[in-house]
Amino acid sequence: MSTEVTHSPQETWSPLFGRLTLDWIPYHEPILVGTFAGVAIGGLIVLALMTYFRLWAPLWKNWVVSIDHKKIGIMYMVLGFIMFVRGFADAIMMRLQQALAAGGSEGYLPPHHFDQVFTAHGVIMIFFVAMAFITGIMNFVMPTQIGARDVAFPFLNNFAFWMTVAGALLVNISLFIGEFARVGWLAFPPLSGAAYSTGPGMDYYLWALQIAGIGTTLSGVNLLVTIFKMRAPGMKLFDMPVFTWTALCTNVLIVAAFPVLTVSLALLLLDRYVGTHFFTNDLGGNAMMYVNLIWIWGHPEVYILILPIFGVFSEVVATFSGKPLFGYKTMVWATMAIMVLSFIVWLHHFFTMGSGAAVNTFFGITTMIIAVPTGVKIFNWLFTMYKGNVRFEVPMLWTTGFIVTFVIGGMTGVLLAIPPVDFQLHNSLFLIAHFHNVIIGGVVFGVYAAVTYWWPKAFGFKLDDRIGKASFWFWFVGFYLAFMPLYALGLMGVTRRMQSYMDQAWQIYFVIALIGALCIFTGILLAFFNFFYSTINRKKLACGSDPWNARTLEWATQSPPAYYNFPEDVHVRGKDEFWRMKQEGFKWSGNYSPIHMPKNTATGVVLGAMALVFGFAMVWYIWWLAIISFVLMIGTVIAHTFNYNRDYYIPVSEIAEIESKGTVA
Amino acid sequence: MTMIDTPLTGRVEGPAGPSHPADHAHGHDHGHHDSPTPLGFWIYLMSDCIIFGTLFATYAVLGYNYAGGPSPKDLFEPGFVLIETALLLISSVTFGVAMLRAEAGKLDGTSLWLIITAIFGAGFIAMELYEFRHLIHIGAGPDRSGFLSAFFTLVGTHGLHVTSGLIWLITLSVQLRIHGLTEANMRRLGTLSMFWHFLDLVWIGVFSFVYLVRLI
Repeated sequence: MSTEVTHSPQETWSPLFGRLTLDWIPYHEPILVGTFAGVAIGGLIVLALMTYFRLWAPLWKNWVVSIDHKKIGIMYMVLGFIMFVRGFADAIMMRLQQALAAGGSEGYLPPHHFDQVFTAHGVIMIFFVAMAFITGIMNFVMPTQIGARDVAFPFLNNFAFWMTVAGALLVNISLFIGEFARVGWLAFPPLSGAAYSTGPGMDYYLWALQIAGIGTTLSGVNLLVTIFKMRAPGMKLFDMPVFTWTALCTNVLIVAAFPVLTVSLALLLLDRYVGTHFFTNDLGGNAMMYVNLIWIWGHPEVYILILPIFGVFSEVVATFSGKPLFGYKTMVWATMAIMVLSFIVWLHHFFTMGSGAAVNTFFGITTMIIAVPTGVKIFNWLFTMYKGNVRFEVPMLWTTGFIVTFVIGGMTGVLLAIPPVDFQLHNSLFLIAHFHNVIIGGVVFGVYAAVTYWWPKAFGFKLDDRIGKASFWFWFVGFYLAFMPLYALGLMGVTRRMQSYMDQAWQIYFVIALIGALCIFTGILLAFFNFFYSTINRKKLACGSDPWNARTLEWATQSPPAYYNFPEDVHVRGKDEFWRMKQEGFKWSGNYSPIHMPKNTATGVVLGAMALVFGFAMVWYIWWLAIISFVLMIGTVIAHTFNYNRDYYIPVSEIAEIESKGTVA
Repeated sequence: MTMIDTPLTGRVEGPAGPSHPADHAHGHDHGHHDSPTPLGFWIYLMSDCIIFGTLFATYAVLGYNYAGGPSPKDLFEPGFVLIETALLLISSVTFGVAMLRAEAGKLDGTSLWLIITAIFGAGFIAMELYEFRHLIHIGAGPDRSGFLSAFFTLVGTHGLHVTSGLIWLITLSVQLRIHGLTEANMRRLGTLSMFWHFLDLVWIGVFSFVYLVRLI
């Protein structure tokens, strides 16, 4: 098994099944068969339980077709956590492989499989975990923070979510039908081109990201318009909570950067399907063009992920320090500075391209400058805590853990920004340690902080404190055990994406990293157990609408919020409006008027399903199915525009009834 | 596209009843101001603009990689492209007339000018398809060189946009016959008009940088 170069079956094509043959089902790979059995049995149990408890109709009616931004936000979080399990399974497999495969040992993953694992890990963690999480948090929190009743385009929101799901499903289907790409998460050509990546793996990658990317771009437009047009009366831009500000900047980045990703992937698709020469080695192609384009998207992308998380930490720090955020205006300007700077640093990802000292110097300096606004933010958080009445509840633990960890990751980033240093460290494990340091220490810690902080708002009860703390400490210690050894290995010259290595002196570092990964695994399990345990004990953990004594408008709603969020318009007079309302003895007047709301629609999920079929057909060259699903998609969109009856008014009596019931746990 | 008619915050007067007829004085002006759709569509157009910008950049970088194949001077015919350009520019003017008719509340006039716009748009697409077919026929297809890959993709992406615009235009013409010049339809007409003029603008870029400059 270990000596085989590839498992790829012969390339054949039939009109009915395209190039899909039975040989593409990986029944000869025990790991995949085991995984499939596990997924199938688990899936069947879930299906049976849902049927037994008659949950299908409620799932469809209350969730799948819902255009409620809060439900869509929660669905994004569920998608993120499911894909997180998949991405983390890949991570553990790589850690185990590298802990074993020293000094002539081949480990247990052949190169063909190992290459798919590291590609899938990166793709899933960025596109379907981190992106799903931040989109979910923005969807749930931002409209309620600005006193809106939904996003600007509720149907578009539902549609965008189901496109993301279609992309995620396509990646997962590749596990059991065919294979996934073996090219690394950004798929640089010519390796990812038609000449060197035969088989469906690379096409799964491209179609999954194109389909999900449509969803992301539309969601970016949607949330941007929501912030500009849907704010409560009186709320000026500089009255907005900092999380909403960061959501604004992130969505500007999404709208400006994702089209570039769409184009770079589309050009690669054309190279693979039509035989064009954008990134080929021959006939006038230029592979470095792809590397430039993909990083023009890729660098803003890391700020797309981290900016909303900066917003989360800003809300958490202010709430748990019992003070207004220190330096609100500098925080906003720092966010905007990062937003702009993120577009002029892309070349630091490939200083080794050889663009010369002048170009590398420019990009090295711009990269280092980003540390300045980021430093401003760190000091703002610290000064918010200074002389504050700090409560170290679980979200605050994640925040302090973040501040420490992120500063370390930021400093290694500045090291890497020095071109001569980068020439030594390029593609080494030092780089891997750096970006996991900022993405785990930043984004993942921030997502846990956000989930713990807004969980009571979403469900009406808190998460258990002790389990939450245990989960944090396992994560925190596990992170340092898993990634500090990689810094050391990187300085020793160990490159990334190694399936095996000869030098046995490296092994002990990889073993420590594996132990760290297992600690993180425990932290993940504890977090999941906490969701389960707290739900069982929700009566005991039930809390009011404002359990943390918070400052922003989302806490003025019920927990969970009624589907219209606010029974009356909120008239905003400045920052931290909810804090001011509380000082004045906040109560709704009871003088309700009918509320204008959008209707649910199944169009989004239907389009997502068609996109999934279309993607699958394109991957396997099943042209008839691709044509049919594409035409049906266009037809469905057109049919949808013939529906002019999309909204309704909630009568006053219904609002009064819901409000009189108050907070229901 | 349009999702709901009015934003979800702000003072609510109560059910508005069936859609307003167009002769309802300047009723739709107010609606235009409140709806999030125009802004949303603008932002979408800006993201589309970046798609075209990236394709222009690709053409700028790869546009001289002939790989021993034909160059622009061998392929492009200025007279042909000029007529093609004229068709699209005229279609923008006729769309403008359709908008004026719509603002005046004249449904038949609007429909007529939309159909004229569609005819000019279809003529543009037909000429583009003819050019593509001709190029492929003489062995200058998108797989010949980096230059031709970039050329076909940039011009073809614009052509796909115009085609979508035509499908949208036909769909909206049917909806205009069903519902008349209602507030919702006026908003749709406005967004389609933005889309159409935007494609015109992009084409001016294509005409100048893809064809004209490379013929000097």
